[in-house]
Amino acid sequence: MRLFITQFRRDLVLAVRSRSDAANPLVFFVLATVLLGLGTGSELVPGVIWVLALFANVLAVEGVFRRDHEDGTLEQLLIHAQPLFPAVVGKLAAHWALSGLPVAVLSPVAAIMLTGTTTGIGVLVLTLCIGTPALTLLGAIGSALTVATGRGGLLVAILVLPFYVPVLIFGAGASTAAMLGDPVAFQLLALSALLAACLTAAPFAVGKALAISQEY
Amino acid sequence: MGWIKTTFHKTGSPRWFFTGSRPWVIGLYVFGALLIVIGSTWGLGFVPAERLQGNSVRILFIHAPAAHLAEAIYVAIAIAGFVFLVWRMKMADMLIQAAAPIGFVVTVVALATGIIWGIPTWGTGWVWDARTVSTLLLAFLFFGLVALRQAIERPDRASRAVALLALVGVVNIPIIKYSVEWFTTLHQPPSIEIGKKPAIAAVFLWPLAVNVLGFYCFVAGVVIAALRARIVEREAGAKWLRDWTVKS
Repeated sequence: MRLFITQFRRDLVLAVRSRSDAANPLVFFVLATVLLGLGTGSELVPGVIWVLALFANVLAVEGVFRRDHEDGTLEQLLIHAQPLFPAVVGKLAAHWALSGLPVAVLSPVAAIMLTGTTTGIGVLVLTLCIGTPALTLLGAIGSALTVATGRGGLLVAILVLPFYVPVLIFGAGASTAAMLGDPVAFQLLALSALLAACLTAAPFAVGKALAISQEY
Repeated sequence: MGWIKTTFHKTGSPRWFFTGSRPWVIGLYVFGALLIVIGSTWGLGFVPAERLQGNSVRILFIHAPAAHLAEAIYVAIAIAGFVFLVWRMKMADMLIQAAAPIGFVVTVVALATGIIWGIPTWGTGWVWDARTVSTLLLAFLFFGLVALRQAIERPDRASRAVALLALVGVVNIPIIKYSVEWFTTLHQPPSIEIGKKPAIAAVFLWPLAVNVLGFYCFVAGVVIAALRARIVEREAGAKWLRDWTVKS
């Protein structure tokens, strides 16, 4: 647990001190929302917001290990962090707090801008809060696999977007159902189950992938 | 139990596999091609048109084997990935490398024939249901395996990264499949009902079975041939390979 807190704080401080990096995904999300608002009608809104949150996520998670790899911190982490699991979770939690969480917090504004109503907005925020950490955990696997290549970018997107599909289905499904006034319990439970599965399994895969990329 | 251990070690040796596998390639090519010719001629020429689908049912004699095979190839790759991560068998890694692009092509064939079949039968080329979506994502997974290997410069690192990705992928395939299934049962588009197969009749089943077997054999031959090419590539400096080349 101490390892988790240390890692979480360190990454949070680092991210806050280089603001534009941390803000990029958020700015992208807003910008894309505006473009879509200009370009499309309103029925598809919850789904559209979910897809945008997903893209913002993949753009952000692609670089989650890059700086640590470049300055050697990642190697140190692999050497000293025993077990690796809490450190990986701490790192990703800090990453999510500055990428997924702001998107979830800002999504009501986007939804109101696009639809003009407030129906189902609570569910939209809730699905994003449950769903985006799962996306971050899955995306981190792709990011860890490619960190040593120096060319993540599109490759990470190609590797992880297929894995994002179940999260997208239940997240967008619940948000759309809520906007139409349908029951959402099943999708929310399924989404939570996905998060639980990702939280228990993905950090191991991330740790293994990091070890491969750093040759330990 | 001794023979299991012996076979395990023998298949792990590129030399043993390479020198012994040429007859297998030829045999599988000939046998597979023969079965495909028989099955396709039977299916295209001699099976009656289906009551609801008409003549377009004949596309399924290509489509179903390809779709089936695509999944089987991925499972084989994932097993090879596990074997490679646990026992570091070079052959398992070379199998992944050889089979991934082949799997991609087979998946694309399955998707293309499915779309061609869907236009007259379902009235639409694409439906967002569990099988179509998971097959499409399967194509991306195959593509990802190839792309990741190309992106990592050091071959040993690339091998392990790809093996890990293959394993992560196989965990995800059922999740993707079931999530789409639940999703579409909630919003089932009515057009699917037309295409829904009544339990398949024996006239259609036999040519289909012949074609499935033919596809499996033929593609197994292609995979083994590709695997032999990988062995030549990686063992280029080995003495046994030079001797073998001189001898034959």
